Amino acid sequence: MYLLAIDWFFILEKLALIFVIIMLSMGVAMYATYGERKVAAFIQDRIGPNRAGPFGLFQPLADGGKLFFKEEIIPLASSKFLFILGPLLAMVTALLTSAVIPWGSSMTIGNRQVPLQVADVNIGILYVFGVVSLGVYGIMLGGWASNNKFSLLAAIRGASQMVSYELAMGLSLIAVLMLTGSLQMSVIVGEQYNSVWNIVYQPLGFIIFFICALAETNRTPFDLPEAENELNFGYHQEYSSMKLGFYLFAEYINMFISGVIMATLYFGGYDIPFVNEAHLAQRIGENWVALLTFLMLMAKALFFVFVFMWIRWTIPRFRFDQLMHLGWKRLIPLALANMILTAVVILWLKK
Amino acid sequence: MSVQLTNRSRPVDRRPMNWAERLYLINIFKGMAITLKHFFKKKATIKYPEETRPFSKVFRGLQILNRDEEGRERCTACGLCAVACPAEAITMEAAERQEGEENLYREEKYAAKYEINMLRCIFCGYCEEACPKDAIYLSQTFTPANYQRKGFIYKKEDLLIPNPVTDPEGYQKALGTISREKEGV
Repeated sequence: MYLLAIDWFFILEKLALIFVIIMLSMGVAMYATYGERKVAAFIQDRIGPNRAGPFGLFQPLADGGKLFFKEEIIPLASSKFLFILGPLLAMVTALLTSAVIPWGSSMTIGNRQVPLQVADVNIGILYVFGVVSLGVYGIMLGGWASNNKFSLLAAIRGASQMVSYELAMGLSLIAVLMLTGSLQMSVIVGEQYNSVWNIVYQPLGFIIFFICALAETNRTPFDLPEAENELNFGYHQEYSSMKLGFYLFAEYINMFISGVIMATLYFGGYDIPFVNEAHLAQRIGENWVALLTFLMLMAKALFFVFVFMWIRWTIPRFRFDQLMHLGWKRLIPLALANMILTAVVILWLKK
Repeated sequence: MSVQLTNRSRPVDRRPMNWAERLYLINIFKGMAITLKHFFKKKATIKYPEETRPFSKVFRGLQILNRDEEGRERCTACGLCAVACPAEAITMEAAERQEGEENLYREEKYAAKYEINMLRCIFCGYCEEACPKDAIYLSQTFTPANYQRKGFIYKKEDLLIPNPVTDPEGYQKALGTISREKEGV
């Protein structure tokens, strides 16, 4: 009997949402490659890709098509199963994170309240952390399975880098969790929705989180795992065709998702600044407000993606010892201090 | 002792970084301000096939074989250009003008075959200097493209300027750069 009590609309709604979000992440990642090239060009006083379609807008399609039609090479001496699993894991973990993010205020379809969030689990942040840490497997497996010294070195670098920076990231987040008192993403956003954004209370925490996010997504100045001039592209050196494409794609999806998470945790999520959404909803309807809030979140996230690119084309790469030095001797103490300070202030005010 | 050429040189600061500098943040923001400034700067790109860069009057591009005002070929196949050519890119075969060909060739001798290997040519312009008949000129055309090497061996038909009698527009277009060059010199 229970089997028949399944809420089919619920499943349908979630499936639709998952489909939309995955397509969105893919689309954003695709155009992030275009954006990256344009930003790079503009910063270097060039104009960037402008041949495929108006303003070169079809360039990502051409690049993707090219990658699909390239020859697939699996090195003979590689561990084949893991070699294929590597990019797959990188892609899956990159996409999985989007499940707990609230993408906008809830919509009303028919007489159902549809939240724009796939899974509002009460351990949202923890889940994000778990999945992000799994991301290191994509790099590790890929690098190890290639049976190539450069790839292995890069994989080890990537693993150590991600492990060290996850620590500081987690510590900087604890301060946010203490402010909101919940791990649930929707609660964290709701809190900022009704009062001020977390960035006001946690500027230092945000900077630490941002730096760690750069390191987690393997972006310059922390792109040591794929340092072209030292390691010949690092862990994806032996990869070709779409498997390489997946690695590159995963990086851009990671970038987008970490932008969304930063917006969610520190910049009010889908909150439209200086606008009372409840009043707006009475004026133009709830669904339109949901769309607007979603666009707001996208704007914030894309701004962070832009900053990521901006940093990439400004700062040279860290040396490995500098990277570890910054991570362990600067960011972790700073994050700890930030955490303790926040705790003290919260206790003080509660007293 | 070194001579000071400009007053922009500064001694290198080798002091150890202080605490704020070791955080890198301030200098990173400075750098980002610089890159952002470049973001809005005028771009240096010239969208090549649509826009071209203006060349100087003495630019040396692909050769053309000139004609006189009546559309007759000026070249008499004297071979001075071939002799002058340091890259040995030019070959030619002479022939005698027959009765009734006076409207084609300016003098009694003409080049039956005239070839320039554009892969060998170094565009030095010595052929142009050597020519006593004003027959060969370096135009402003450049970047020839071809699928095969043999396509780069330009025959007389590829080199000849358009006929001013039958195709005055094309002739003026091809001539434009040459006449300007003459005025300049």
